[in-house]
Amino acid sequence: MSVSKYSEGRPYAKIASQAFALACGLCTLLSVSVLVLLLWNIFGFGWSSLSWDFVTSWPSRFAAKSGIWSALIGSLYLIGVTALFSVPIGVGAAIYLEEYAPPSRWRSLVQINIANLAGVPSIVYGILGLGLFVRMMHLNRGVLAGGLTLTLVVLPIIILSSQEALRAVPSTIRQASYALGATRWQTIWHQLLPISLPGILTGVILSLSRALGEAAPLVVIGAATFVRFTPKNLITDDYTALPVQIFNWTEQPQVAFHEIAAAGIIVLLTVLIAMNALAVILRQRFSKKVRW
Amino acid sequence: MSEAISPRVPLRVAPRALPRVPTGQDHEDLTKHGIKVTAADVNFFYSEHQALYGINLAVPKNCVTALIGPSGCGKSTFLRCLNRMNDMIDGTLLRGKILLDGEDIYQRGTDVVELRKRVGMVFQKSNPFPKTIYENVAYGPRVAGVKKSVILEEIVEKCLQQAALWDEVQSRLNDSALQLSGGQQQRLCIARALATDPEVLLMDEPASALDPKSTAAIEDLIFELKDTYTIVIVTHNMQQAARVSDQTAFFYEGHLIEVGRTTDMFTHPREKRTEDYITGRFG
Ligand SMILES: Nc1ncnc2c1ncn2[C@@H]1O[C@H](COP(=O)(O)OP(=O)(O)OP(=O)(O)O)[C@@H](O)[C@H]1O
Ligand SMILES: [Mg+2]
Repeated sequence: MSVSKYSEGRPYAKIASQAFALACGLCTLLSVSVLVLLLWNIFGFGWSSLSWDFVTSWPSRFAAKSGIWSALIGSLYLIGVTALFSVPIGVGAAIYLEEYAPPSRWRSLVQINIANLAGVPSIVYGILGLGLFVRMMHLNRGVLAGGLTLTLVVLPIIILSSQEALRAVPSTIRQASYALGATRWQTIWHQLLPISLPGILTGVILSLSRALGEAAPLVVIGAATFVRFTPKNLITDDYTALPVQIFNWTEQPQVAFHEIAAAGIIVLLTVLIAMNALAVILRQRFSKKVRW
Repeated sequence: MSEAISPRVPLRVAPRALPRVPTGQDHEDLTKHGIKVTAADVNFFYSEHQALYGINLAVPKNCVTALIGPSGCGKSTFLRCLNRMNDMIDGTLLRGKILLDGEDIYQRGTDVVELRKRVGMVFQKSNPFPKTIYENVAYGPRVAGVKKSVILEEIVEKCLQQAALWDEVQSRLNDSALQLSGGQQQRLCIARALATDPEVLLMDEPASALDPKSTAAIEDLIFELKDTYTIVIVTHNMQQAARVSDQTAFFYEGHLIEVGRTTDMFTHPREKRTEDYITGRFG
């Protein structure tokens, strides 16, 4: 093996490189082991309480009889409402900013604000939702108000990730499409959206996963914690959500409630995994139309 | 380029086009079909940087006009002015007029989408869509409103045949266009541009990535097409310019130095710089 004449000046380069790789490996190991420990803990604690009965029962004053059905359905409704509003508005805003708005001070201002809004703590959106949806628009404390509040929380993330996905489409594709006499909308619909869809979907799923786990803004706008029915009216009926219910159970003094809280977390994780699986399936379906 | 250009122009007459392309008479009168595109005192700016200076050029109808000149002299820029593709670049500005059939395409109220259907373009770098071969060619007619698959299939086959690609791809029209080789992709882009049935076809070095055989096929195609289309082609290959074009325009550093009939230009250029360039002394 011949040693380059330049490496003589750096006798420690190789050792340094190996040390850095080792340090990176340790960091990975640390974060993975924390995660494993956490899951281990939760599964160990909650597994015995988990049953089909637990999933399909109403909450109760007795931990042993308590179930998570109303919270599970409430969360699914919330995610549905949130997706209904945040996906079209978010993707639409991203398309406008990337494909229509000419570069201007105004656009940069909007852009900076969206980036900042993505970093605002969700409880602040809860207060906004309380003022805007619950009080001003008289949406009460129903699923609609909750979903709209969560829409506020995730909208900046959906816009930013969709913009990123659109920006990743090579500009030569746009040029080719316009040069063939396609309109802006045709170019967006036939070329840009199909190509950027996997990226957009990833952003949407990440955002909705976040919405699923949010408790703080829902507590602020007044989601209930003890609901023995599933909401029929999206405005007037009370509802609860998985993180709110879990939070409530962990607040109880009895250990039995802590156990069902852990079981609730397992349910929450399952819904999350199901959502991500759905995203993978959708992505594969749609990407059939694009042939890289 | 070190080879001297033979004065016998065109150097290689495409065999298929022979009956239709008489070498002498036809070149006599370039404008016998009229003028298709006219650039009148065109100045073009990329923000601060001026790329074109006072270009005056008439593109005769049913003729091939070749744009030649060293790299960076503004050939592609000029080509993109003709179908307003430069509009897509932020901060660009055009001063002057470009007339298509006598109408200024830069005047207010011009329908750019309609314009680009009339003035098709093949780019310097091939840029197929990440779709099937079939969908690539069918895209132009589709966005123009053609829905019947019988008609689309007909167009796709005809255009792929014109671009000398049909034989290679007819059995795999539903494969991704990106699986094709570089040269095949470029011919696909030519087929795609033909599918919109434009009046003017702009070609930016369409043969730069092609082997001699496909290049010959493309040149044959250009010969055939000029019966129906008006063609503007950018090329770095002097023989190619000499072979395919009726009129040649020599650009240098954003200026149009000389324009004239290809036969004249390659035999006795008026300008010293033109002569130096086409004989390969610089560029
Ligand atoms: N998008 C752009 N923004 C700014 N300047 C540009 C842009 N495109 C081209 N230019 C500049 O304009 C000048 C002309 O470029 P152009 O691409 O028209 O040259 P060309 O003659 O086609 O060269 P080549 O033969 O290498 O393709 C060059 O100086 C180039 O740097
Ligand atoms: Mg160029």
